[in-house]
Amino acid sequence: MLHIYCPYCEEYREEEEFRPKGEAHIARPAEPEATSDEAWGDYLFFRKNPRGLHHEQWYHAAGCRKFFNATRDTVSYQILETYKAGQQPTVSAAASGKKVAK
Amino acid sequence: MSDLSIFDLNPAAGAKPESPLAMTRVTVATVASAANAGVVVREHAFLGHLILRGRASDPAFCAGVEQALGLPLPLKMGPLSRDEARGVSLQWMSPDEWLVIVPAGSEFATEKRLREALTGHYAVMNVSGGQTVLELSGPAVREVLMKCTPYDVHPGHFPVGKAVSSVFAKSTAIIRRVAEDRWELVIRRSFADYLFRWVLDASEEFGVHVVQ
Ligand SMILES: [Zn+2]
Repeated sequence: MLHIYCPYCEEYREEEEFRPKGEAHIARPAEPEATSDEAWGDYLFFRKNPRGLHHEQWYHAAGCRKFFNATRDTVSYQILETYKAGQQPTVSAAASGKKVAK
Repeated sequence: MSDLSIFDLNPAAGAKPESPLAMTRVTVATVASAANAGVVVREHAFLGHLILRGRASDPAFCAGVEQALGLPLPLKMGPLSRDEARGVSLQWMSPDEWLVIVPAGSEFATEKRLREALTGHYAVMNVSGGQTVLELSGPAVREVLMKCTPYDVHPGHFPVGKAVSSVFAKSTAIIRRVAEDRWELVIRRSFADYLFRWVLDASEEFGVHVVQ
């Protein structure tokens, strides 16, 4: 079981209380009408699946019911940080020197 | 004061209210007296439950809530604002959401007081029909809770006056510690029958008394 720190509840909670919600920081194209089908398809359906650091969304389903972000190592499952929606990660693949395979 | 039309959700006299546990039958062996029981289970039915939404960063909102309820607005997870004598409590649910519980029948007056005291971007919703309160008391309550939730209920982590929302019996519940050996569960109507029977089953080994 993972212990996950909810940045809104400000407490470590059991993994059971959370739901993973996929890749974080995906920006919706500002002008959907002017976006090509390929770019729109990428936005809707295509997600990174890195071996290494991954910035992803989590949902505190049984607690405060807020979405937040986590930086997690997909190899070790270690969560290096969690941060509120709208904030930027402080741990990144470049900063940590870890190799992230595409 | 907003210009929303609001009305009292309680039916006029004559309609018989039923708690979410009205159809539940106790099927475990119980002990006859509360004095000999490890766990005493009691439902507090028909209390007024209101969900309050607003901006915690707005001092006028915080002051308005305190004026309307006579309790400070908790601004973080954990500490429960509660006045036992008046039967009023105010719990942080998320950064912009609180649960207000007031004595049965006073929810409409409370809602009106909140609407009079608040302005701008806020919401008050009467959810009294959607949930109910179970009180668990007695020396074995903590052991029962340890069978029901992954949340750490050790006194060092869960002092009197703390309130959290967590996983409970594969469902969810709000867990509040209101005294040394007295806890409250705020449970959803649709899960009430299941959770009540789960709690009784989990409590049976310690000797359980159900207050009717
Ligand atoms: Zn949370």
